[in-house]
Amino acid sequence: MILGIETSCDETAAAVITDDGHVLASVVSSQADLHSRYGGVVPEIASRRHLDLVAPVVREALDSAGASLDGVSKVAVTQGPGLVGALLVGVSAAKAIAWARQLPLVPVDHLEGHVASLYLEPDPLEPPFVCLLVSGGHTLLLAVRERGSSERLGTTLDDAAGEAFDKGARLLGLRYPGGAEIDRIAQDGDPSAFPFPVARVPGLDFSFSGLKTALLYAVRDLGVEETERRRADLAASYQAAIVRALARRIDEAASATGLDGVAVVGGVAANSNLRAALPDVRFAPLDLCTDNAAMIASAARYVEALPYPGYLGLDAYPSFS
Amino acid sequence: MRAVLASASAGETEAIAARVAARLELGDVVTVSGELGSGKTTFVRGACRALGVTAPVTSPTFTIGHRYEGRIDVAHLDLYRYDGVSEADWGDLEPYFEGAVVFVEWPEAGRASLPPARIAVSIQHAGEDQRRIELTSAEAALLEDVE
Repeated sequence: MILGIETSCDETAAAVITDDGHVLASVVSSQADLHSRYGGVVPEIASRRHLDLVAPVVREALDSAGASLDGVSKVAVTQGPGLVGALLVGVSAAKAIAWARQLPLVPVDHLEGHVASLYLEPDPLEPPFVCLLVSGGHTLLLAVRERGSSERLGTTLDDAAGEAFDKGARLLGLRYPGGAEIDRIAQDGDPSAFPFPVARVPGLDFSFSGLKTALLYAVRDLGVEETERRRADLAASYQAAIVRALARRIDEAASATGLDGVAVVGGVAANSNLRAALPDVRFAPLDLCTDNAAMIASAARYVEALPYPGYLGLDAYPSFS
Repeated sequence: MRAVLASASAGETEAIAARVAARLELGDVVTVSGELGSGKTTFVRGACRALGVTAPVTSPTFTIGHRYEGRIDVAHLDLYRYDGVSEADWGDLEPYFEGAVVFVEWPEAGRASLPPARIAVSIQHAGEDQRRIELTSAEAALLEDVE
């Protein structure tokens, strides 16, 4: 069994999977309830909360898998990218567990982790495919030709799509998390009510900051009352513009690479409008879209493990290169 | 001292930022304020390019912090999701202030706890693509001829 630990951003997560990719337990100590109490602004975002939660979350993962550390053959952990202090909580916990049990440690890239959410049972995806990784922090197009590696085809040049959802929700006076709220409210709206633009940037890159500004101007022009009255139309049109931008690039990436398979992973992959707009595309399982540790354990199957005890000096890395 | 500049496009905002960046030294902190969509990340991108950063410079709202390699390393922070910066929060942010020029978007939450800014940038919408960019610094020489 592989024990996975993920603490790169807001979620403290641990999971136990079998060596062939069956998820036995995946525990995510979601802070979403905490977020909403503060209107989308969190008083204490990262490390101390991870520190409080990492041991209980690991214990709960093992318990609900009906496993103990005796059955764990390696420990996987997110090494980056993310907030350094937050990453270090997970990395330190993973090192301590691995070292104490004389197990190998597998450092995993968070973004490769998202891709590896597609490799888990019961319906694992086989490369090659084009993968759109779309979340609050990232919007990346990848060519995946074999498990464990990917080639970057495009990235956002400014805001991530998930961030565009969240900030759009803020402009519309919606609750946190904004992506889910826009998705919900847009169901009663007309997606063609407002002609929001899709940014024209070269290659396979994305840009969402102009769209955000367009929504800001629309809200300003409408005024408070009219914005309130037309909120569903605004949300639907704004969401449609984001979905259009993503769908267009997926098509272009598939043509450019000649890869037939297409998959979408990351938090925004849970968006129902995006799922509906791309019926032939493979989406990460709903419970594995947002950050979790099952995907980290999954990715560890395709990364070389560091043998005991050579990983004690292992450091986290903050940025993706 | 205060300097007020007008920008008519994202490209102009980047060019202004590049002129500001040319005056910065390792360890300098620059705060970048302004409402949603005003061009804070655009400003930081312009500064990063002038400092030799070639990687994509994207909004760190969700990730909190980015670190870029350039001729001088650049840290890019975003306190949008903070309500205040506690001592524990500062523990997370502090590593980004080591060995870098630091840009902080949405700095308001960190007013009381961040190291003082050498330059404070404030960007306001001024209709369509127009922006009003205000630079403030305690050192008059730093902003001389920046227009």
